[in-house]
Amino acid sequence: MYGILELINFAHGDVFMIGGMIAATFVINVFALSPYPGIGMLALAVVVSLAVAMAGCALLNATIERIGYRPLRGAPRLVPLITAIGMSYILENIAFVWKGPRPVSLPPTLPSGDAFTIGTCPKCASYQWSQLFVLIVTVPVLVGLVWLVRYTKRGKAMRATAQDKDAAAMMGIDVNRTISFTFLVAGALAGAAGVIFAFYQQTMQFNTGFTLGLIAFTAAVLGGIGNLQGAVLGGLMIGFIQDFNEGLGWQAPGSAWTHTIVFGILILTLVFRPQGLLGEQIPEGG
Amino acid sequence: MARGRGGGAYGGFWRLVEAIGVRDARARWERQSPFLQRAVPPLVIAVLVILVTLPVRTPDPAAMVLLAIAYVLYVLPRRWRRYALPATVMALAVAYPFFIQQADYGRFLFKLPIFNTFPAMTTMVVMVVFAMMAVALNIVVGYAGLLDLGYVAFYALGAYTAAWLASPHASQFGANIDIGGIGIPPGVGGIHISIWIVLLAAALVTAVGGVMIGLPTLRLRGDYLAIVTLGFGEIVSEIARDGDKQTLGFNLTNGPPGINPVDPPGFGAWIAHHLGLPANYLTEAGVYVNFTTVIYWSAIALLLITIFCSIRLRDSRLGRAWIAIREDEVAAAAMGIPLMRTKTWAYASGAFFGGVAGAFFASYKQAVFPDDFYFGISVFVLTMVILGGMGNVWGVVSGAVLLSYLNYEGLNNVSAWLNNNVLSCNAASQDPAKVISGGCVNAPLVSTGIYGAIIVLVMLFRPGGLIPERRRQYEFETGVHDEPLMDVRQAAVE
Repeated sequence: MYGILELINFAHGDVFMIGGMIAATFVINVFALSPYPGIGMLALAVVVSLAVAMAGCALLNATIERIGYRPLRGAPRLVPLITAIGMSYILENIAFVWKGPRPVSLPPTLPSGDAFTIGTCPKCASYQWSQLFVLIVTVPVLVGLVWLVRYTKRGKAMRATAQDKDAAAMMGIDVNRTISFTFLVAGALAGAAGVIFAFYQQTMQFNTGFTLGLIAFTAAVLGGIGNLQGAVLGGLMIGFIQDFNEGLGWQAPGSAWTHTIVFGILILTLVFRPQGLLGEQIPEGG
Repeated sequence: MARGRGGGAYGGFWRLVEAIGVRDARARWERQSPFLQRAVPPLVIAVLVILVTLPVRTPDPAAMVLLAIAYVLYVLPRRWRRYALPATVMALAVAYPFFIQQADYGRFLFKLPIFNTFPAMTTMVVMVVFAMMAVALNIVVGYAGLLDLGYVAFYALGAYTAAWLASPHASQFGANIDIGGIGIPPGVGGIHISIWIVLLAAALVTAVGGVMIGLPTLRLRGDYLAIVTLGFGEIVSEIARDGDKQTLGFNLTNGPPGINPVDPPGFGAWIAHHLGLPANYLTEAGVYVNFTTVIYWSAIALLLITIFCSIRLRDSRLGRAWIAIREDEVAAAAMGIPLMRTKTWAYASGAFFGGVAGAFFASYKQAVFPDDFYFGISVFVLTMVILGGMGNVWGVVSGAVLLSYLNYEGLNNVSAWLNNNVLSCNAASQDPAKVISGGCVNAPLVSTGIYGAIIVLVMLFRPGGLIPERRRQYEFETGVHDEPLMDVRQAAVE
């Protein structure tokens, strides 16, 4: 989404957080799931909270764009960026009022055991059901996104708008509507991610989103801005780096330095390879 | 003043006056001198209001005096007001401790509606320190137009430099230096340097830090720069939190407990004897002139120095180059302004005064805690700059004073007022960790949300801030960029 509007949406991480909160509400208050519910109940809860969170976050994100960013499109660059920070803070505090200061913890709903194992245990590599769940939800969504951006008319309009708004407008693309649509899609994705996160990590706090949003942005920069495969690659790399850093305990700096490492990567990327690992076009870095 | 052509804002009023028999009231009034036309109406309104409210409550003498001062300032010709207004505000600020620390509060001060009492001295000190930081950030954001979201890094750097140079912390590395140290208990080692030298040293260290952060990142475009500075802010606060022997392997910041104690400010015995300035602020314990008061006056002096430097910098060759870069980077480069060097100077200057503020605050609190340095501070200071008016020093100072007052006292008072007078609040059933509970509100908990709302509202409706810089206002109204085609199209449709 950064690609299309050339705006860092600080509020994006918080939209994600709101999605997670919606999922938490469904799990705890609506369905009142007990730990390890039956597969039917779990599927129902997942589908319903996915649907509501995606719809809700899409609307939320589009509203933010309509109120906060569209009126400022002709203003100096800094202005919408500053509004984005304001929006992010507003969302955080809405969640704060809604769910309170403490993390909301969800019951462990995903089946615990291993989905399949490679090799013979105990020296096996196991793959847990909960991890499989993440894949089951993520892959279709990503495929859908790639299809949307690559092969639909709307996607073409989005890419055209990203390249040159004025030229796109001259070609008969309704730029404002395309941008709104982009925000809808981005909001839906953030909502879905929030739901997955809530189910998998079983915890959600009002300020979870901001930090994660920054890490996600780092991933996007690392992979190459405006490049879907790049974003996925960047996300994987950042995830691996974090895991190695926190999990190995073997001469790794440890979880205390996560931020330092992530932002160090961000800074190094921006300084030495502003186009990202997979990026080809140089965003006007110089 | 509505003039001629019937109607106008005061049309109804004049029709009323003429209806009760005063002929040509309006025409005759408009023949009076402009001074009278400006001076009389507020006077009349004030007298009317006092007459109406007299049966309900007697006018408060302190409020009357303040109103009279405001009135005189309003009536003064513009060219005098330019100097009289800051001078009056400064005089009132300097005299403020004598008013607030009276035992009989009501004699010199009054209670505001809703906001209750005037800010206490401790809050005033914090307000002045934040004003100093906001003026410094204004150099980066307001003049040079570089969005800095990691300002807290400079604040922390200044504070920790002060903590190293004026505390027993360094004694564990065998460093024992004493250059005009204040209030050192006997037998305690470590580096103890006079706070005034420390302020300068911290400022220099922070400025160097600013250059080091700036050099690799200032080549980036505005929004990348913002996120990189944010990253630096996070890194610095993480180092502050985890920089102890256990995690870092070298006790740089002493980790979560922070560095405690730090020497209090003071001038030392020699200056105290010859110039009469306080030797050690902590030993000042008079009714009016006590620790907080002296700290407060020192803070005001530092703020004045910062404001002076900021204004002089703005009008210098360098400052004009900053503004040129802000308005159009390409054009500025074409005019021969070295972009990198100019931007780096903006960064260094902003960092310099931020470091002073941090070091001074450390000395005031006599401790440095890592929990004081988090991302929220950066946004808080940025909100001050935006609310007050980017680029306008006086606007920024007002924004800082207003917001830090709200943060440290105002919001508390307002929610207390709401709970007591508007809402059906039952204090016993209130949960202090919740924003809304038992019919009560606890506004300070959502202070960041309020700043967020302020940021968005100001950006949407008054992008110049409370007191816009004249040049900047023009920029916002006409736009420095070409109108995007798509919006032109949109406007044509609407």
